[in-house]
Amino acid sequence: MRAFFRVAAFVVRKDLTVEVRSFEVLSTTLFFAVTVVLIFAFGFVQEGVPVDGVAAAILWIALAFSGTLALGRTFERERQADTLRALMLAPADRPALYVGKLAGILMLMALVEAVLVPMVGLMFQAPIFVAPGWLAGLLAAGTLGFAAVGTLFAAMLVRARSRDVLLPVLLYPMTVPVMIAGVRGTAALFQAEPDLGLAQFWLALLVFFDAVFVTLALWTFEPLMTD
Amino acid sequence: MTTAVKMQLAAATLMFAVAPWVINAAPHEATMGLVYKIYFFHMPSAWMFMLGAIVAGVASARFLFTKNPKFDATAVAAAELAVLFGLLTLVSGPLWARKAWGLWWVWDARLTSSLMLFLIFLAYLLLRQFGGPGSEKLSAGLALFGLANVPFIYVSVNVWRTLHPKTSVVPTLPVEMGRPLWFCVTAFLLLFLALLSLRSSLERQRARIDALYLAEDEA
Repeated sequence: MRAFFRVAAFVVRKDLTVEVRSFEVLSTTLFFAVTVVLIFAFGFVQEGVPVDGVAAAILWIALAFSGTLALGRTFERERQADTLRALMLAPADRPALYVGKLAGILMLMALVEAVLVPMVGLMFQAPIFVAPGWLAGLLAAGTLGFAAVGTLFAAMLVRARSRDVLLPVLLYPMTVPVMIAGVRGTAALFQAEPDLGLAQFWLALLVFFDAVFVTLALWTFEPLMTD
Repeated sequence: MTTAVKMQLAAATLMFAVAPWVINAAPHEATMGLVYKIYFFHMPSAWMFMLGAIVAGVASARFLFTKNPKFDATAVAAAELAVLFGLLTLVSGPLWARKAWGLWWVWDARLTSSLMLFLIFLAYLLLRQFGGPGSEKLSAGLALFGLANVPFIYVSVNVWRTLHPKTSVVPTLPVEMGRPLWFCVTAFLLLFLALLSLRSSLERQRARIDALYLAEDEA
């Protein structure tokens, strides 16, 4: 078990080192996420007032879009240098490599969220401080579900043709439950009278989704990544 | 084509030919009148759609863990059938809904989860088509995840209240309506089985030819 987490920690450290040297993925993803929110702002803010109840949806759509971009870029880097093959050749547990990559993506998306959430709060007058714990919980569980499926699919697609188109094509239908639960749960927190019971229901659904799909991904990563 | 497949196809053809009379003989439903008879077409399609998705998911899981290409061929065939019957379901459903509910589409749990499952299997076919070499594994993973996703989509959409008639309506149908329904389900099932074995044997032959070409290239 310790060896498992040690391998995962090595993969995270490697990804962080590569990222810190260039900030390529973080800076492009962040910029992209901000532009997505801005485009939505031009679409949904009329006469200075945002359309009612769109903030939650915009936050999650921007997350899904920028998450897809980050997933694609992270694995494209591995492909170009052929380092994914090197990783796979390493005498390590395959699922540990998956956990390492997933943790790296989660850190990246957490940084993007740290910028996105205040920005949505500011531009769409969303009350992000009414129930910060619940909001953080929904974001964490939703991001984990999205990234768990996304990391597996992006890793599988590394060897496929037309991978940049196929990633969103496969990922979005698969993460519909995450989008529905995330948007509905966040909307329940953003409404005038926050509905904590409803948010709790959606959070529970997200946690359940995470449990099932992380397990499935750990279980199928080995056969999926073996030639 | 084996004898079993020929017999299935013959029986299905015969049943489909007779089906209009059987359906016509069924009584009219009190509130919806004639329109409800789309149901004899819609529900068997929806069941075959689900069956296709389940067969594809299970065959994909077995392919992933046994690496036996036989299961991959079954998975492709079942996925294509899921898309075919899914399309029939998604076309016949709105035709009925327009008359019964006055709307072509509502965001109800069954409708939305069927649509998402349909999209997942459409993505499966896109992946097979454009993924290049090695896409069998990828698509097996997709089918497995897609099947695991259905309950989540269903529960998450269900919170928006459901309009669709419940499944529990089937055992309570009067005999005059139940008989044509089961007749249609049998016809669809025979067609499904015949197409499944035809398509998977075609896929196995295709894989074999690919392997032979590859072997010749290497020689």
